[in-house]
Amino acid sequence: MTTDTRDTDRGVPPGTDAPAHTRFDRRDFLRVSSLAGGGLLLGTFLDFDGPALLGAAQPGNAGALAGEFMPNAFIRIAANGTITILSKNPEVGQGIRTMLPMLIAEELDVKWESITIELAMSNEAAYGRQVAGGSTATPTNWEPLRRAGAAGRQMLVAAAAETWGVSAADCTTEAGVVLHRASNRKASYGELAAKAATLTPPALNTVTLKDPKDFRIIGKFTAGIDNRKIVTGQPLFGIDVTVPGMLHAVFEKAPVFGAKVASANLDEILKLPGVKQAFVVEGTTNLAGLMPGVAILAETWWHARSARRRLRVTWADHPTAQQSSAGFASKAAELFAAAPQTVARKDGDVAAAFAGAAKVVEANYEYPFLAHAPLEPQNCTARFADGKMEIWAPTQNPQAGRQLVATTMGIAEADIAIHMMRGGGGFGRRLNNDYMIEAAFIAKQAGVPVKLTWSREDDMAHDFYRPAGFHKLKGAVDARGKVVAWENHFVTFGEGTRFAPAASIGGTEFPIGFVPNLTFGVSTMPLGVPTGFLRAPTSNAIAFVYQSFIDELALAAGKDPVQFRLDLLAQAATITPAAGAPPVAVNAERMRGVLQLVAEKSGWGTRRLPKGSGMGVGMHYSHRGYFAEVVEVTVSKSGEAKVVKVWVAGDVGSQIINPSGAMQQVQGAALDGLAEAFKQEITIEGGRAVQSNFDDFELLRITEAPPVEVHFRTTDFPPTGMGEPALPPVIPALTNAIFAATGKRVRSLPLSRHDLSWS
Amino acid sequence: MKVTFSVNGTSRTVDVPSDMPLLWVLRDVLDLKGTKYGCGQSFCGACTVHVNGEAVRSCQLPASTMNGRKVTTIEGLDAQASHPLQVAWQELDVPQCGYCQAGQIMQAADLLAKNPKPTDEDIDSAMYGNLCRCTTYLRIRAGIHRAAAIAANNE
Repeated sequence: MTTDTRDTDRGVPPGTDAPAHTRFDRRDFLRVSSLAGGGLLLGTFLDFDGPALLGAAQPGNAGALAGEFMPNAFIRIAANGTITILSKNPEVGQGIRTMLPMLIAEELDVKWESITIELAMSNEAAYGRQVAGGSTATPTNWEPLRRAGAAGRQMLVAAAAETWGVSAADCTTEAGVVLHRASNRKASYGELAAKAATLTPPALNTVTLKDPKDFRIIGKFTAGIDNRKIVTGQPLFGIDVTVPGMLHAVFEKAPVFGAKVASANLDEILKLPGVKQAFVVEGTTNLAGLMPGVAILAETWWHARSARRRLRVTWADHPTAQQSSAGFASKAAELFAAAPQTVARKDGDVAAAFAGAAKVVEANYEYPFLAHAPLEPQNCTARFADGKMEIWAPTQNPQAGRQLVATTMGIAEADIAIHMMRGGGGFGRRLNNDYMIEAAFIAKQAGVPVKLTWSREDDMAHDFYRPAGFHKLKGAVDARGKVVAWENHFVTFGEGTRFAPAASIGGTEFPIGFVPNLTFGVSTMPLGVPTGFLRAPTSNAIAFVYQSFIDELALAAGKDPVQFRLDLLAQAATITPAAGAPPVAVNAERMRGVLQLVAEKSGWGTRRLPKGSGMGVGMHYSHRGYFAEVVEVTVSKSGEAKVVKVWVAGDVGSQIINPSGAMQQVQGAALDGLAEAFKQEITIEGGRAVQSNFDDFELLRITEAPPVEVHFRTTDFPPTGMGEPALPPVIPALTNAIFAATGKRVRSLPLSRHDLSWS
Repeated sequence: MKVTFSVNGTSRTVDVPSDMPLLWVLRDVLDLKGTKYGCGQSFCGACTVHVNGEAVRSCQLPASTMNGRKVTTIEGLDAQASHPLQVAWQELDVPQCGYCQAGQIMQAADLLAKNPKPTDEDIDSAMYGNLCRCTTYLRIRAGIHRAAAIAANNE
């Protein structure tokens, strides 16, 4: 297996006139064409979930190889036997570049080691949705990409059958070869390519997929396709891009988000060594778009960075300059004193239930803003020539970037080509394309290709932070320990019911649908800080709050935390939701399955631990995945907490596609959650982020990484994504374990703010 | 200023600002992109290279200090890419995003050169300053043990 990053040869050629927003009914198209030299080009047009489209691509499109008439092939087979499979999604460490081609290769029935994998350009019209977000790539591609592979195999079999004058039903395939055992004949896919290219392709919904027991690639430990480049230091990431004649750029923005440039000492900057250009970017008022600032372009990044140290910018006054985390907390307390501005959900009668309850528990919870801090700082390379923009970016959402560049700069989307470079981590940060519009704008204004590289400090100061949040909870249990009432007043950011990005909570969030009397009220306050999606957005906060509070209720009920959750899950059937309410999203049976599995594997309730040691549990459903986790912790008398071990049980359906990648995502998510819980926080003061680098926004270290034992429960549901759902439960599992160890209930994060000492 | 030093066995002369860190000399002047910028403050270890056989943070080494020194980067770790760490990393599929891995491997190579059979504690102590945002630490630890075993078999 080799990888081919010759992506400039393919993808959306500037100038392609495709009807990008035409929506077709769910239809699958399959086309075939002859390659120069007698190969087979199998282009599948798939309507995944997204805006579909597809145009009849024309022979001779710029960017296509001679003889290929479509740039969006998933499979290419040359007469010399070279089999090329296209990998269509952006990679930021979630393993998708490796996993999606596995689906095609499995059904095409080729040897994994023998194929060449080629990376797609951004072109949703041709390939369907190309987003690294929401753990969506697995559920949306699981069937279509296997069908694409199976259609190729079926045509090669048909070509062989026709050549030999035998029935296709009597032919089999194995590792890139079609066999007819009765006559002891065989032919390689390469030998059959020319013939197959003359056949009429089958409709994708008619092809036969393999029985999972026959899988040879799916379900096998498969190492990342870029590993060799990674371990030998070959250029691979966005930050490694070099374009002839390019200059290196830095871009200074106001620490107060969105403040405009009043003046800058550009004359002085332009005289500094290596500096070629320096100019003010007026910018827009879109906090997720092109913000105002000063660009400095130089021979090397170090020249630009050095010049920036001498840059003196006077920033215009800005209305959000007084915002602070402390101010948000005071405002939340004010809002808690009044009734919620909006009641988002109301089941039963909470007031009556509280009045008649055996025990009532009240507690306030809060969590801070968080940065994503992917290790590769934001960067983008852009070249503008002849009215066309070419972009190289480590982006999780290239099409959104294209739209941002198009609308901000008045360039037609068809004139913007985007190379999806490997991202050195994403975690949701690169769903926003602010760095892309900056590079594109600076390159056009400068009239030369530009590589913009942010400093770490830029990245920390200009993230789209996980929004902070505040919860005022009240719950009650009856005399038998059953949860009879649940009330939450959630204070978040926005105006009315227009929430800041990633600052809302869905109307079906557990335990909605499991408690007979429940209200969910929301109040908002305005925010001038950019916010966005951080790995398992919303869930990474709400699981901490709700799963901790459920432990508080279990304590009040005098029940074991695992048993208490099992009992709560069993209540679902007894609830009549309010008229018009959305159905319960959580499948109680699947949740119960992972909870019981993690209890069994962790030896829950079977070990007596000394004071200072404890186990805690958390469970959460998000991104179509069910996860329950147990953390064992020791807390020294002086209050130092150390995780001894994490147990994870997950249910993501019928098939783990790549066991290596799946393990990486689950262990990584669990450890990522521990980092958030222990020490991460972005504080806003004076309208700006206080933290600036890894000394004050710390990442987890190897010494802090405990063993993470992972178990999957296989269920009869289509496979779903792994990037996110394992993160949320680990945080409350940790804080619940700390309670078990010390009796100290943690109601705010991070733990570094708490005194956990005990005697 | 002009500075002459050895990079991966070849003598190189560059004319750069005296305060330009080795990291940026490697990346922007010598076009060796394997060594990564993560924080610029020696907090993360992504820029780790060997200078005169020792693992150091290249973001903290001004060009002015480099005359006559010998630098090995990830590109020069092994001519055939068959250093036991490179083999183990691929075999165990250690990388997630992969961005920190050049630094991790260079730091681990320094450890193995001094301590061919490190314990978990030795590994944690040597690798403490190399951050992995994806937290693939469990496989980094396993990868170093595996590399030590490969090296022992090769002897």
